Amino acid sequence: MTLLTTVFAAIICTVIWYKNAPHNEMKIGILCWMYWGASLMWLVDAIYEYAELGAEYFTPAPLDMLNDFYLGLSVVALGLIIWLVSLLITDPKGVIRVALLKK
Amino acid sequence: MACFLVPVAEAVVTTVITKVVESQETKQAALKGANENSSLEMETRIPFSRKLKWLNNLLWGGSALLAFEHLWHGEVVPWFPFLTAASDPAAASVMLSEMATVGVSMAALVTAVWGVMLLVTNAMESEAQRASN
Repeated sequence: MTLLTTVFAAIICTVIWYKNAPHNEMKIGILCWMYWGASLMWLVDAIYEYAELGAEYFTPAPLDMLNDFYLGLSVVALGLIIWLVSLLITDPKGVIRVALLKK
Repeated sequence: MACFLVPVAEAVVTTVITKVVESQETKQAALKGANENSSLEMETRIPFSRKLKWLNNLLWGGSALLAFEHLWHGEVVPWFPFLTAASDPAAASVMLSEMATVGVSMAALVTAVWGVMLLVTNAMESEAQRASN
């Protein structure tokens, strides 16, 4: 469920990035790299788990699924926070600079 | 248990390599600046340091989110020795084995995907160069 949540986040971010390309003022690319990187890593984790559990891997207990979904959402939120901090620090549109210099 | 440490280690190495390549490219660009043909080549080709940054972003980004997952499951703690498995020799052995299998596979898959991206962009660059000639 964590893998699935992250993959969906990666796909949505990639679509948004593609829609706005070549303009990259919002730095959506950061989110794409982060979510795709994590998705690939969790895919490997899933493959190893599948090798161990077999078909049972696809029928998780509802409570485990809920916990994994909760983790997935938290991971997406963390990614968004990292992106937001990076966006505000780099300030590509110069909004923060203008706001700070404004008296 | 600590599988994300392998991609982190790779990310550290690739980040250092990126810095070295970037400084070399800056020097080369300064030397070739006057040459018209090379500047055309530079326009159609993405610098290798930028391509390396794609790998860095995949590795650092993925590792950061995986580190959070390990924190969530209590496998990583904010105090020494940071990895809960490290305090128990039996668990440490399982952790090392997991790093050698899952961790190495993670780093390998991310690198392989980046390799495919390189092949695709190289083909696109060659096509663009052919079209401009």
